[in-house]
Amino acid sequence: MSKYLETAALLAATCLISAPALAGDFGLGRPALPEEIAAWNLDVRPDGTGLPAGSGDVATGEAIFAERCASCHGDFAEGVGNWPKLAGGEGTLADPDPVKTVGSYWPYLSTTWDYINRSMPFGDAQSLEADEVYAITAYILYSNYLVDDDFVLSNETFGDVQMPNADGFIIDDRAETEYPKFTGEPCMQDCKDEVKITMRARVLDVTPQTEEDAATAEPVEEAAEAVVQEVAEAAPAPDPELVAQGEKVFRKCKACHQVGEKAKNRVGPHLNGIVGRAAGSVDGFRYSTPLLKRAEQGLVWTPEELTAFLASPKKYLKGTKMSFNGLRKDADLEAINAYLSTFTE
Amino acid sequence: MTESSSPKPTTRRAFLRGAAAAGVGAAATSAAAATPDPLITEVQPWAQGFGDPVDETPYGLPIRFESDVIRRNVEWLTADTISSINFTPIHALDGTITPQGCAFERHHSGAIELAKEDYRLMINGLVDTPLVFTYADLERFPRENHVYFCECAANSGMEWAGAQLNGAQFTHGMIHNMEYTGVPLRTLLQEAGYQTAGKWVYVEGADASSNGRSIPMEKALDDVLVAFKANGEALRKEHGYPVRLVVPGWEGNMWIKWLRRIEVSDAPVESREETSKYTDVLEDGTARKWTWAMDAKSVITSPSPQSPITHGPGPLVISGLAWSGRGVITRVDVSTDGGKSWQTARLAKPGEKMALSRFYLDIDWDGSEMLLQARAMDDTGYVQPTKNQLREVRGLNSIYHNNGIQTWWVRTTGEAENVEVS
Repeated sequence: MSKYLETAALLAATCLISAPALAGDFGLGRPALPEEIAAWNLDVRPDGTGLPAGSGDVATGEAIFAERCASCHGDFAEGVGNWPKLAGGEGTLADPDPVKTVGSYWPYLSTTWDYINRSMPFGDAQSLEADEVYAITAYILYSNYLVDDDFVLSNETFGDVQMPNADGFIIDDRAETEYPKFTGEPCMQDCKDEVKITMRARVLDVTPQTEEDAATAEPVEEAAEAVVQEVAEAAPAPDPELVAQGEKVFRKCKACHQVGEKAKNRVGPHLNGIVGRAAGSVDGFRYSTPLLKRAEQGLVWTPEELTAFLASPKKYLKGTKMSFNGLRKDADLEAINAYLSTFTE
Repeated sequence: MTESSSPKPTTRRAFLRGAAAAGVGAAATSAAAATPDPLITEVQPWAQGFGDPVDETPYGLPIRFESDVIRRNVEWLTADTISSINFTPIHALDGTITPQGCAFERHHSGAIELAKEDYRLMINGLVDTPLVFTYADLERFPRENHVYFCECAANSGMEWAGAQLNGAQFTHGMIHNMEYTGVPLRTLLQEAGYQTAGKWVYVEGADASSNGRSIPMEKALDDVLVAFKANGEALRKEHGYPVRLVVPGWEGNMWIKWLRRIEVSDAPVESREETSKYTDVLEDGTARKWTWAMDAKSVITSPSPQSPITHGPGPLVISGLAWSGRGVITRVDVSTDGGKSWQTARLAKPGEKMALSRFYLDIDWDGSEMLLQARAMDDTGYVQPTKNQLREVRGLNSIYHNNGIQTWWVRTTGEAENVEVS
């Protein structure tokens, strides 16, 4: 389209309510199919536009949250370590250290639903069903005391929820509040009477140090390596069907644990060679004190010990950093053992 | 194998130790040599034998003596390096173009590997024909070249409450400046036939974080670029290979990497990255949103804590970077006394719109302590404020958009430290 026609179209467009056509004429690309648009057009607006039909209650949400979210966000959405806090913080926004959570800060509920749906759990995005997202969102609201424990969030009830900080935002006003103040010919001479140093970065000393200062990783005990060797040699080849089953079960783990060639320590240590490995022996991972204590006593992750741990992590090892409720089904435990045994160091 | 007779130390501490030693007792003018320099009088191995053949390095990295010029991260900033940031070594670079390999990275779910043949870009929403483009399609639209800086809104964000990180890389390194090749977003929107009811575009990436931002249509039609090359070569993986969005002058979070979808709509999405993050809390607890433009800012990159003065008194090059997301840098002033008096620095070349400018102030250093500051001005007449001026308006909890004047305390030894002054 020529520049003239383009301008004409623009002028015409401004006169119409639903005007079409500021079309290009390269003829590149192809029309997107409805199924393709549906697959990617997932965003949800503050008014609920984009929400699929579905529902979930607080209790269901609590169970899913414990399994899929709590390892980073805490059982009560209070946040673990440096991971985001999702609950609490009400009334702190004007404090020296505001706590910005879904309850205290987020202006729209749509944002929570949308983000969980598209981007969570961390490391396993887009694995949740719509009803699960409704349930998790309901639980987060409950954790913030914004709904009662019998609340059911659905595309129907979505509009009923009032977010406390909905009116807490203003649109960028720097043009009025700052630019006039910070404009004009600046002072060049005798701009201050005296200059004093009021704060030094070195006093805080939070700047990262370079390689030579980094702490060296604790060495793996030779004895532990020997054990790994023995078990690895003794283990029979696992049933491929069971391994496939275990791969599915592992989806619950992979937000925190990696396996395979490129596996690295994340929230949890990498699990290559875990079956038969001495506990607490992965380089560079900071284990909990209780786990290190058991490791000192010679704990080895035999299939039996792993099964006992994974069935109920918190009962098996009080104070473990692993915030996972456990695998309830024996079949799942057997499958995860089989799956993990296929990854060697 | 040839060994360097004086390999450069590659850690910061070793470098600082060397600097301090070199600074002491050096003369202001070049002294006569007492003995002949063996580097001149003796035949050196590199002057006698061979260097590398041309088939040694099909794609090269910097020479090993420069191995300290790398991106660094600050571990305590984030819970996991998968969703984190690292910093450009601006203290060790000169000119304005940032090499891709050391340009800061920020991703929310890791830098993904997306092949050109697997790449799809969708335009949907208020358009006549929702379209899908392949990478090959994008290469058939008329292209443009532009140099722009990309600055994370959180650059200098750790300094709101006072001097914290000791180095220009850490205080100001969430910035890079590259020459982009790409197609104007306008062209693609026209190809799909955007409707006038469309006041916004929502842009999102292909990675698991589905980082997405709403951009007003006016900006989308103005200078936003759908880019696939940077500094002449394909975008690096960590910069969004094969296609990223370039949103000149606006905060880096909007420069969607691995761009996969553009939705024309009548309202903003209010996604996580434009509500819970990238909004600026003011002193009374209300927060500013849609603070897209990066205001004028500057920093002296050398001398600075990681780039101390390694010679004695005499000629000293003070060098730094200045930029404005609202236009062109017209002037940079430098103070050596903490802001009592200022002199105008020399711009290496005339400022370019929404691109880094390099400035120099060449002085005769008398060896005394300095409180070094730089102050940028842009073509809107805006003058970079002091940190305290910003705090008066915003309080201490904004996190984002800290463009206050930085101070380096340079000691007589040549070492420098991040400080705040009255």
